[in-house]
Amino acid sequence: MKEILLELKDVAVGYGTTPLYEDVNLAVARGELVTLLGANGAGKSTLLRCVTGRLAPMLGCVEISGRSLAGIPKNELARLVSIVSTGQESGGGLTVAELVGLGRQPHTGFFGRLSRRDREVVERAIEAVGMAGFSTRQVASLSDGERQKVMIARALAQETPVMVLDEPTAFLDVASRLETMQLLSRLAREEGKAVILSSHDVASSLRLSQRLWLIVEEGGHRRLVDGSPSALIKTGALGNLFRGRPVRFDSAILDFLPVD
Amino acid sequence: MTTGSMARVLLPVGIASVVMFVALLFFGAVDVAPSEVWMVLTGRDAANAAARLIVIELRLPMACCAFLSGMALAVAGLLLQTTFNNPLAGPSVLGVSTGASLGVAVMMLLLGGGAAVGVARYAGALVGAVAGAAVMLLLLLLFSRIVKGNAMLLIVGILLGYLASSAISILNFYATEEGVHSFVIWGLGSFSGVTLADLAVFGPLILLATFASFLMVKPLNALLLGADYAESMGVNLTATRNRLLLLSGVLTAVVTAFCGPIGFLGLVIPHVARLTLATSNHVRLLPATALWGGFAGLLCACISIFAGNGGILPVNAITPLLSVPIIMYVIINRDKLSYFR
Repeated sequence: MKEILLELKDVAVGYGTTPLYEDVNLAVARGELVTLLGANGAGKSTLLRCVTGRLAPMLGCVEISGRSLAGIPKNELARLVSIVSTGQESGGGLTVAELVGLGRQPHTGFFGRLSRRDREVVERAIEAVGMAGFSTRQVASLSDGERQKVMIARALAQETPVMVLDEPTAFLDVASRLETMQLLSRLAREEGKAVILSSHDVASSLRLSQRLWLIVEEGGHRRLVDGSPSALIKTGALGNLFRGRPVRFDSAILDFLPVD
Repeated sequence: MTTGSMARVLLPVGIASVVMFVALLFFGAVDVAPSEVWMVLTGRDAANAAARLIVIELRLPMACCAFLSGMALAVAGLLLQTTFNNPLAGPSVLGVSTGASLGVAVMMLLLGGGAAVGVARYAGALVGAVAGAAVMLLLLLLFSRIVKGNAMLLIVGILLGYLASSAISILNFYATEEGVHSFVIWGLGSFSGVTLADLAVFGPLILLATFASFLMVKPLNALLLGADYAESMGVNLTATRNRLLLLSGVLTAVVTAFCGPIGFLGLVIPHVARLTLATSNHVRLLPATALWGGFAGLLCACISIFAGNGGILPVNAITPLLSVPIIMYVIINRDKLSYFR
């Protein structure tokens, strides 16, 4: 039995009084990469905000390493979960090492000075994403794909059991997208993390994730379906991802095609 | 960038600042023989009373005030730029200076504070300026949650500034002639109105607020990645923003109360610091901005005295001449500048 790092228990997610979806029970183990798929506006980011502790669930509770996120102080939360967002422009005036070093903030003192161990963690994180040799480069001089790797290294340096990425590949070309997905899958395994990411890239998600969370619409209300890619293909749950839209899932190419 | 190369950039700036500071003691609107100045500065009794008055009571506070004001405005500008994640923010652009001016106008024109003398003369202005700046920053904070996009917030700041300006005009209309006169003079901006006694209030306030800003480098760096990332790295956003706005408000308000609403330095100096150091890491950027700010304040003071031909040119006539070309350069090259990306 693998160690469970993230657990959602009877969670209802949403804003205001009506939940987007209810009775969500999910668990992610050490080393697992989970991809969250859903149509635009299905509430992917809302669920991720819940997982990162930035939005309290309407019902139920979210636990990381057995600790409930409800009412947890920000600085302790920062040691449990790290994030990577789509965002393209930020920190261009820092070097790669400086930006990755920011990930050490939850562990450093008042002025954020890095100890020798902090520096080692930063260096290792930069190596782990394949950016060794880029430490002194200005972030602004990197390509979009390299930049996203640096942001992932920053999250890695934060040394959290759970890493959450909100559409990290949205602005990347196909090559960088696949490379990033592979990197995340490898990091989950080798660094022993629970990695949760949202994506619109169905094909690479199916190939590179152990598990999928699908936000599907059934009988007028939304539901979260959890399972391995092959199981979800078999049960036809994937076909329900874009219900009522002119697309169909093709299990031969593992992607959606227009309805002829 | 290493500490060594930082020193290479900042050492000349520091030396130039010292040279200008000394020049401001030795030369001024009234001629005092350099030997007399030297005697006053070395504290020799032989110095005559007039020379002592000019050097100690007028020139020394003016030079200190120029350095401290430039430093304060530059630091306030950097704090605002990072807080609002907008490199074109600044105390004058966002209407903070105008808000402080309105506070001063209320005190000087409505409550007749213009007639008082000594430190009391500024006590009312100081309270008014801090209150005015605080109101403006609160409004900006409110709008920053409603309007999306950096450019929009700048426009909101400019509009709020216009509102404050129109309130000032209305106050002027109903004020006494004497009050209007002193307010207009104050509004031109000058480092020379500060006496040695004023400096005892002004100096510690500025130094304290600047020092407190230095304590914020860690959250400031986290904010470089935007609010979401900063929060995910443990930054308490509300408390941090409030502190940063309070500090920039105090820095701007104190300078405004004593020297008038001085434009542009807060906007442009952080850029000069980033461009010369090639970093946006606040550990180095903040001290560099403070030093460059002091340098710019002294430069403005030197120009206002030495180009004044016996009089003193208003500081606000000089700051745009020095700043606008730099801002233009930054805007034109924004795609090439690392810290915009």
